Order: sequence, then C-alpha cells, then structure tokens
Amino acid sequence: MTTITTITTIMTGHRMLDDFLTRALLAGLAVALATGPLGCFVVWRRMAYFGDATSHAAILGVALALAFQISIFIGTLLVALVMAMIVSTLAGRGWAMDTTLGVLAHTGLALGLVAVSFLPAVRVDLTAYLFGDILAVSRFDLAVIAGGATLVFGLILWRWSALLTTTLSEDLAHASGINPARERMMLTLALAIVVAVALKIVGALLIAALLIIPAAAARNLARSPEQMAVVAIVIGGVSVWGGLQLSLFQDTPSGPSIVVFAALIFGLSTVGAALVQRLRTN
Amino acid sequence: MSLIAARRLELRYGARRVLHDIDFDIERGEIVTIVGPNGSGKTSFLRALLGVIKPSRGRVLRAAGLKVGYVPQRLHIDPGLPIPVSRFLSLPVPASKSAMTEVLEQVGVGDVLKQNMATLSGGQFQRVLLARALLTRPDILMLDEPTSGLDQPGVASFYRLIEDVRRETGCAVLSVSHDLHVVMSASDRVICINGHICCEGAPHVVRAAPEYRALFGLGTGGALALYQHDHDHDHNHDHDGAPHA
Repeated sequence: MTTITTITTIMTGHRMLDDFLTRALLAGLAVALATGPLGCFVVWRRMAYFGDATSHAAILGVALALAFQISIFIGTLLVALVMAMIVSTLAGRGWAMDTTLGVLAHTGLALGLVAVSFLPAVRVDLTAYLFGDILAVSRFDLAVIAGGATLVFGLILWRWSALLTTTLSEDLAHASGINPARERMMLTLALAIVVAVALKIVGALLIAALLIIPAAAARNLARSPEQMAVVAIVIGGVSVWGGLQLSLFQDTPSGPSIVVFAALIFGLSTVGAALVQRLRTN
Repeated sequence: MSLIAARRLELRYGARRVLHDIDFDIERGEIVTIVGPNGSGKTSFLRALLGVIKPSRGRVLRAAGLKVGYVPQRLHIDPGLPIPVSRFLSLPVPASKSAMTEVLEQVGVGDVLKQNMATLSGGQFQRVLLARALLTRPDILMLDEPTSGLDQPGVASFYRLIEDVRRETGCAVLSVSHDLHVVMSASDRVICINGHICCEGAPHVVRAAPEYRALFGLGTGGALALYQHDHDHDHNHDHDGAPHA
C-alpha cells in the first residue's frame, strides 16, 4: 500500500496528471505510438475502409455497453473485434472489398445510433463518441489508453518482419515459413484494440483519419518501411500537440483539430517531397 | 528420399476440381519444369507444394527442415510502401551486407543494393526476387513463371542463370513456365499438366509425346517450331500459355 502511495506521489510529484491538458497530451501521444505503425500497414495493405468499418461499428459497441452496463472500452473492443472478424471472413466472397466494408461500416454506425435511441432515460450524448473528447480523459482512461497503445505497439514490433513479409506477398510469407492468416489476425486484433482505446480521444468518425493521415504524410518523407513507421509516430504526436494547442486557444473541438493538424502536415510533406523531386531532376 | 513429393493429390476451388491424381517427386539437384495451358492448374500445383493451398485429397510430403526459395510470378509492391532492395533481401531473415552484395552480383545486378524496389526495371526486379530466394541457401528453388514480362534475350539469360545456380549450389529447381522452348532444353525432366499429369519425362520424350502435341497444337517441328510460331505474329500478345491456334 505504501509503495503504491509512493509511486503515485512520485508520478504526481508536480500534480502533473491533475492537469487535464497533460493527461490529454499523454493520451494522444500514446495513441499516436500505436496508430503510427498500424496506420502504415493500413496504408500498405489498402485497408483504409477496414479502419472505417471497425471504428464506425464501435458506436454499436458504445450502445451495447451502455445497455448492458459494461465498460465502454470492453463493449467497443468486442464489437470492433467481431466486425473485424466479419470483414476478414467476407473478404473475397463475391463483393468487392470496398462494397462489403461500405455495407458493414454504415450498418454498424446506423445500428449503433438506432440502438442508443432505445436506451431508457439517459439520452446519451453520442457526440463525444463520434468526435471524441480528449480533454475529458480521466486518469483511469489514460491508464487504459496507454496500456492498449503499448500493447499494440509491442505486438507490431514483435511481429514486424513477419507482418511486413505477409504484406509484400502471402505466398512469399508461406515459403518463408510464416503463416499469413495468423499475421492478418494480429493486425485485426491490433486494429480492434486501437479503435477501442482511441474512441475516447478522436471519436469513431476520426479514428481512421488518425491511422491514415500520419502514415500517408510519412510516406512522403521515408525511404524504408521502418523509417515510415517512426515518422508516422512523430507526425501523429506533433498533430496531437498542435491540435490541442489549436483547441485550447481557438476553442475548436479537439479531435477534429488534431486531424486538421495532421492533414496540414500531410499537405506540407506532399508539397515538400514534390519540390525535392523537382530539384533533383533539374 | 525426395525433397518434396505429392501423392494422389487433388485440389479443388469450391466445387471445381482443378487437379487430380497427381503423383510427383523431385530429387536434390534436379531441374523439373511444369508446362501446361492456361487454367491447367500448374500454378495451383506449385502453390499446393508451397503449402499455400490445402489439398482436398491426397498428401504433400516435404523433407524435414526443407528450405524453399520461392520466386513468384509477379510481385506487386504498393506504391505506399517504400522499400530498398537491401531491406527486401533481408525479409524475413536478416542477411549481412556482404552476403547481399555477393548474391546480387551472382544474379547480375550488383549495383542495385541501395535502390528502391520501385525504381527497378522488370528484369532487375525478377533478378532481385531470385537473389532473395537464393540468400537462404535453399534446398529447392520454386519459380512461378519467373520470366513473364522479360523479353526473349532476358528469358534466355535468366534460365542460363538458373542453370549456373544449380551447378554452383546443387539445389533443385522446380519451375512453372510457358517459355517452352528455353525451359525445355534447360530441364532434366518436364511434366505436362492439364488437370492431371498428361505426360512427363526428359524434354525430348515429352516433346514427342502425342499428349503434349495435342495440348500445344504442334505439328511435327517440336520445340523449335513452337519458338518460331511464337514469333510469327505480332509482339503485343500476352505470351501467356500456349501459342494461339
């Protein structure tokens, strides 16, 4: 007991975590740590819609969690997992992938919104779950987010070579003794966890943006897969910081501000890369 | 014991039976080529030997600890994925820089180590794929139409390279091909597949077999006639499978 108190005292030495802005920044940085490398795989494997489908379905998870009075994190995690499984199973069964995902994503979101309206008494404010509310992150939230993000980061780091080989070619992976189905499952699992922990911060509608935009911006600056993942983390982190500043001083909604900041970096890196290219060829 | 063997192998895609009753063996150091028209199941067969497709009946047997070097027909790398040749070569097994340089020189592209995969020409790309397969010192090289997209001199030099590799490393080579004329002269054994094994044996035996001639619609000229026929008409056709009738 004393140890825990001591640790808590150390951690809050300057009552650091009491500050909602510090908590928000730390939570955002933790999410960027996971979405950076995961987002790279989303870009490389053309899974952009996959992120959409999973995160939109998370709203259904919120509704179910409220209805059954379980933790919202658990609810969204379960629904995101189920959604990811359905998508994996349906892939290549007659419909084009984006059609399947489009059907599932919008069904999940609509079903979630309808389900919430059935909830008695509490008229739940869904805005927080659609757009996130990073400034309302509690200490407990921060612990869950940091834990989930670290888990995803660790998972990707551990499987990095196998995931990358599988992404290049599943047949090459097979020949090298890697089981591509297992690696796909890893990514699915990682995506579900990220959606569940990031919901509070950027919200269901913008999670996919946080996955794709930093990775896409990093593509302009990186020369290897590893560089791209690291740069995506940095860009995600800078976007969180910049978005929070914007939100604080201009009183803009925080989740969208983070995404706007990431988009700004994407624009700059694209223009910058094009200029460098032109200088080199001239 | 053979490196890889198939016993009474049958493959199905849903209700469609692609291959049946395949018995197959390949020994150390052997060069075996599988030929067959489009849709004959030759690529599926290779993928079944790799373990990508599970057989619906029969078995695939592999020697314990077998190391496979696989060169796919083509590899599409998403433009969103920047990957230098050096990184590609050490996936998933890390390789030393000297080993990578050596193998690249062996396949004739000694200077591409630092280039991005996306900047390679078709011929360089296939050679880098081969280099990656060779880096693990495989017991068997499996090549799926490795020369599609190469021009005729490119094809010829690619297969000369394969023969060199076999001579230097002693690995077996199993390839699926439509470049009949070059491949057949470079093979110890040719297997002609069309849903099942139509005929097999030394190149000159297969070339003379009525089953082979029925499949590829040849007159009496054999492989040379096929080669010339292939060049009679325009050069824009896809070079895939048997020559057009």
